[in-house]
Amino acid sequence: MATRIECRAKEIVVYLDGEIDHHSAGMIRVSIDDVVLTKRPQLLTLDFEKVTFMDSSGIGLVMGRYKIMKSVGGAIKVTNLSPTAYRVMKLAGLEKLGEISQREVI
Amino acid sequence: MKTVNEMKLVIDSRSINEGFSRVAVASFISCLDPTVEELTDIKTAVSEAVTNCIVHGYKEKMGKIYITVSIFEKGLVKIKIRDKGVGIENISEAMQPLFTTAGDERAGLGFAVMESFMDKVKVSSKIGKGTSVTLTKQLIGR
Repeated sequence: MATRIECRAKEIVVYLDGEIDHHSAGMIRVSIDDVVLTKRPQLLTLDFEKVTFMDSSGIGLVMGRYKIMKSVGGAIKVTNLSPTAYRVMKLAGLEKLGEISQREVI
Repeated sequence: MKTVNEMKLVIDSRSINEGFSRVAVASFISCLDPTVEELTDIKTAVSEAVTNCIVHGYKEKMGKIYITVSIFEKGLVKIKIRDKGVGIENISEAMQPLFTTAGDERAGLGFAVMESFMDKVKVSSKIGKGTSVTLTKQLIGR
């Protein structure tokens, strides 16, 4: 799991890569929160395009980042989810916390 | 019903084994020629059950996780994931969506995901003895 973080003017974009489970979520969480708490952006975008597997740890990751963003007065957006990951996120009702969208089918 | 094929796997309750366990199960059932979606469903459910053993069953302790995968006639798959950990006091409460005892970063949706991705989820548990989760799915295949 490698995570690339891009800082723009008022937005941070996180490009997640590989598998998200309980094992990898901890490390991802730390790397995102470090940047968010220093930069305090208005928007945090989590890009799931390169995520090959995700279980409910992915939901915990998004919910936790939503809370952090709320505490700094910002919002969260989740993009490029696989159909399965999208199903899991919907199951958790995450669309109520921020914008979530699926990958475009090629 | 008759078992066509079966495998058993014993792993340490280390989080690094979460990935290995779901891939091992997926690899074993690949002889049934499942669809990509069926494989993803099973991998996700196995990941949830194994994570439960690590996070809840054994907590900070180290223990063994016992996985048995049985394939029956006509593509019926049964996966039993068992630990010898602390056990669950109230199973129906533990299975409630959003219920968790593991803090902020766990969504409390492990059982909800298992139930949504598999046909049947059976849980039995004894305090101080451990917990066993049996996941069943009828594969249609390609």
